[in-house]
Parts: sequence; C-alpha cells; structure tokens
Amino acid sequence: MTRSLVPIGLLAYISGSCLLAVLYPQSVLAFLLFEASLLLLYYIPVHAKVKSTLAALVLIVLMPLLGYINGYYLEVAIQIGIYAALALGLNIVVGFVGLLNLGFVAFYAIGAYLWAIFGSPQANEFIAGGGFPLAPYWFFVFLLLSIGVGALTGLVLGLPVLRLRGDYLAVVTLGFAEVVRALVNNLDKPINLTNGPRGISPIVKPPLFFHPVLEFFGLQVTDAKLYPLYFYFLVLLLVCIIILVTRRLESSRIGRAWKAIREDEIAAAAMGVPVVRMKLLGFAVGASFASAVGVLFAAKQVFINPESFTFMESIGVLAMVILGGMGSIPGAILGATGVTILNLQLLKGLSLWLNGLRQSGAVLSLPLLGSYSLSQLPVQFEPAKYERMVFGLILILMMIFRPQGILPPRRDRRR
Amino acid sequence: MALLELRGISKRFGGLQALARVDIELEDGVIASLIGPNGAGKTTLFNTLTGLYQPDEGEIRFQNRSLIGLKPDQITGAGISRTFQNIRLFSRMTVLDNVLVGMHSRLNTKLWQIFLATQEYQAREKAAQRRAMELIDLAGLAGRENEWAHQLSYGEQRRLEIARALAAAPKLLLLDEPTAGMNTSEAQSLMTLFKELIGRYVQAILLIEHNMRVVMGISDRVHVLDYGEKIAEGHPDEVRQDPRVIEAYLGHGAWTEHAKS
Repeated sequence: MTRSLVPIGLLAYISGSCLLAVLYPQSVLAFLLFEASLLLLYYIPVHAKVKSTLAALVLIVLMPLLGYINGYYLEVAIQIGIYAALALGLNIVVGFVGLLNLGFVAFYAIGAYLWAIFGSPQANEFIAGGGFPLAPYWFFVFLLLSIGVGALTGLVLGLPVLRLRGDYLAVVTLGFAEVVRALVNNLDKPINLTNGPRGISPIVKPPLFFHPVLEFFGLQVTDAKLYPLYFYFLVLLLVCIIILVTRRLESSRIGRAWKAIREDEIAAAAMGVPVVRMKLLGFAVGASFASAVGVLFAAKQVFINPESFTFMESIGVLAMVILGGMGSIPGAILGATGVTILNLQLLKGLSLWLNGLRQSGAVLSLPLLGSYSLSQLPVQFEPAKYERMVFGLILILMMIFRPQGILPPRRDRRR
Repeated sequence: MALLELRGISKRFGGLQALARVDIELEDGVIASLIGPNGAGKTTLFNTLTGLYQPDEGEIRFQNRSLIGLKPDQITGAGISRTFQNIRLFSRMTVLDNVLVGMHSRLNTKLWQIFLATQEYQAREKAAQRRAMELIDLAGLAGRENEWAHQLSYGEQRRLEIARALAAAPKLLLLDEPTAGMNTSEAQSLMTLFKELIGRYVQAILLIEHNMRVVMGISDRVHVLDYGEKIAEGHPDEVRQDPRVIEAYLGHGAWTEHAKS
C-alpha cells in the first residue's frame, strides 16, 4: 500500500519541481530542486523499472523541454555531461586501478584538437588542396577515431611511466599534461598545426541529419535553438555508453584485476593478473573516454584554445572523482554534477543576488553596530571570485568528515 | 618424474647469502614442509619460486619446464599459486571478488566479449562464480561471500587466502605459515583441509610452518633450511632426530644435552 505511493510521490516531486523551474526561469533554486530529482531517484528504493522510466522521463523529456524554454539550463546540463564523462574516465584510472593521474586533461585536449584541426580551415595550413574543413558528417568518424587515438596516447604515455609508483607517477602525468599544453600552445611555427595561443575557430558542428524528420512532423525549430538540444542528446548518449562500458568492465575479470592491483599489486601478480598489461588497459580506456569527450567539446565550443586545458582542469576533474567517491560510478557522476552546479549556478547565483542587493541600495541596520549601506559592499566580495576557495574548503571538509566520498563504491550483491 | 625440481638455487641480497645452492625435489601427491629458524630463507625461497625474485644461480623446473625468467603471473598460469605470510588480501573487495581474481587467467575473456556481454562471456562468469562459491564453502566461509575481505576475522582471512590461491587451479600450492596465530583446534581443522586438498584440488602442497605439531602431523617430507642452506630433508621422524636440525633450532651443544637426557 505505502510502497505503491512512493513512485507517485516521486512523479509528483519531479513534475512539481519541473513546473517550478518553468515558472521561475531565473530561479537557481527551482532548477536545483529539479536536478535533485535524479539524486532522489538514485536513493529511494523503488522497482528498477519505475526508476529507469522516471529517469528517462527526466533526462529525455523534461530536461530538453526546460532547456528549450531556458537555454542556460541546457548549457549547464551539457557541461555536467562533459564533466561526468571525464570523471568516469578518470575514475577508471584513479578509482579502479589506483594510479594517481594529475594530467588527465591532456587526453581531453588531444581529442579536442583532433577535431578542431581537421574540422576547421586550420588543416589547410599544412595540408595543401584546401579540402578543409571536413564535411559535418566527418564529426562522427572523428568521434570514433578519437577513441583509438586516445587509447593510443594512453598506451604511449603508459608504457614508460607505469613502472613508476604513487607520487612519481603523479608527477610524470602532470608533466605530460603540461607538455601537451605547451605543444598546442607553440605548434604554430614553423608549421602552423594548432594556431598557438590564438586558438582554432570556427570548428564545424555535427550534421543536423534529422532535419527532414522534424520537417515531416511540421516542427519549425531554428538552428540556434536546435544545436544545444542536439549537443545535449549527444552528450547524454556518450555518457550512457561510457556508463555501460564502465559497468561491464567493472564486473568483469578486467575490473576485478584493476581493483586487485589497486589493493595489492604483488598479491594481484601472484594471483595471475598481468599487472603491467592491466594498468596499460586502464590508462587506455580512461584516455579514450576523455578523448571522445574532447571531440564533442570542440564541436560544441566552435572555438578552442590551450586555455581550456590547464592543470586546474585536471585537478577539477580529480576533485570530482574524489568528492563523489573513488571507484564508484554513481559517485563520479554525482561529483561532476555537484562541482559543475557549484561553479556554474550556485556561486554565480549568489554573486547575482549580492549584486542585486548592492544595486537596491538597501540599508542594513544592525542593533548596536549601527547601519550599513549595502551599496558599499565591496566588489571583491563576490562568491564567483572565490570559486577555488569554496572548492578547496569543501574538499578539506570532505577529507575530514567523509574521506570515502559522497557515494563510495557499494558491495554488489550477487546470487 | 618430480613435479617440482630446484637445482642449486642461490640468492644474495648485498652481503647476505639468503639462499645457497638449495636443491629440493617435490613429488606428486605429497605434502612437504619447509622449516627452519627465522631468517633461514624460507620465504625467500617462496618468493624466488613464484617469480617475485630472480635467483642468481640455479634452475627451477616445474613439470619439466623451466620457470627461470617468468613473471609472477606467468608462474601462476603455469600452475603454482601461493598464500602470504602477512595476509595480502584485496581488502576493499568482497570475499567473492577476491576469489574471482584468482581465476583471472583461467577466465580468458576478451575485451569485445565483455563490451557486448556475449552469452559465452556470461556463461563463463556464471561458471566462475559457481566455482568460487564452491571454494568459499570449502574454506568454511559460506554465507560470507558478499562481505568486504577486511571485515573477516584473522583466521577467516587466512582461509580466504587459501581459497583465493586455489581459485587459480594450481597444481602446486605454496602456503606461507598458514596456521600462524591460530589456536590448536583451528590449526587442526586446517590440517584436515590440507589433506583433503591433495588429489582433489592440487597435486602437491609445500608449506612453511613453525608449528611443529602441524609439521609433524601432516608432512610426508620435511626440508630444513638454515642460513640459506638446506641442512636436512626426509621423513618427519628422521628429520626430528637429525643432530644438525636440533643444533640449528636449539644452538650448539644441544645435541649432546639431548642425547644425555
């Protein structure tokens, strides 16, 4: 009796929060409530079918609808998807295999530049014939290609490096990321490969192959409105594939070998696990995820430059994995979501609110202390400027109170 | 034909001669013990045998195939698996997963099979799980398969290590002080288990042990190491009487005292 009420309650919550977000398009809070519905879905024990139906409703129907009304929401959702995919890739390396990689963003950059160079007039600089940019459908070819290229660079970095342990490995991966960044920053001469710090633009977007279908249904959507939705579904699809692949790997002999290496390398080898090969595989799989997301990122941004691939970006993704819970798939997704929302919405929202207060010129009167005009609030006092600080604070608090992360890996019950 | 043959194995660590020209032969169907005072080189011998160390000299032949130069995982693949003196379980993995790791090389599923979750792959996983459950039962850990390995008690962890080593389907099982820290009845039940293993799960067992009651109770043969040298070997009763063994354990002159009394 009460059990059957739970799904109805969930549905009510989802539609209610969605309605709120529609009615108050400026309200960060309303959108947060809506986003929380997915977390709720994860936690509340209902039948798996109910769960997946509701999750599909939120992700495939309501979210695009909301995004159609307010484009910013869609931008946030796409960013969350991109970071979730990155965090899932890093989670394999750090969370499963237990190798600290501080230069994960390098693989992301490689994927992004792979499409940026050939999907823009940039390639004409060093390949004669003026055949570039490539036609939009090449985007999908490059998406597949980037998986291979990412895996290959993962192997190339992994081979010399994986003999190192712990701190040494971390330092070398950090160095690798900096080398990649320095390369893309400086490969504009003697041959202009990457156009250096000026970056590459315009980058071709994926083809709108479903236009005829939309016209058939009589839907008139402008391209400007369509592309964000398109990217949203692409990212969603990519993240779903990555989750599926990661889950399959995790429950296979390969996932078990990875965790065994993380727990005790010597014992793992003694149990017949080829340690070096498994480490390389982990590196390659993680790198291929990042590289594929990179291609998507380049196409979405239209313009990329080396600034997008700094060391802080690597640290950011690592923090998502640690916050969410190392070695946990839902953890990595939650970490990516939480950090992205914090950066894009919470802090910015707070800043906007403070700005509003300042401009309203309201006077705050405190007993004993006298009155204080809010218009005098210093500009430096904006939460968006404290992004890193808030972030660091959260990490420190997490390490003290919940070092295993918000959603640490659960024991999967079998049989 | 011996299952395992060690010929003139030597291993040095700087100025320390950990193993000096050790010869050991192990027949099929045998439980053999490796004994000796602390620092005699017993664990070093195990580590050399399992590929963690490479011997400076000598030859290791297993089923008439040389093991020199093989990596630990290749040696496990060849049919030797082991437990560790200080328990080395995968603590943040479940009991079941610990045992399943032992089957890594036997499962031999390809990456694409895992991605597509083919029927063959699923059937193999199922079979592996069934076998793992069987080994968990054998180790007396039935019903504990979904617990984290670190939640088990000390004795249970030791038994899980044995189950994990058996998962690799070894022909030769190496046990490094399996009854350390156990009381008499726990040790007794392990001894019964070891006897059951021979012929059904493994062809031979070589164990390092300090508990003389265990050694004398189950060994068909005993090999004694002291300062890296093999000083005696044979039937437990012979070894017990060997003056060199008594001297190694009790010190010089002990033999004469022993003879007088």
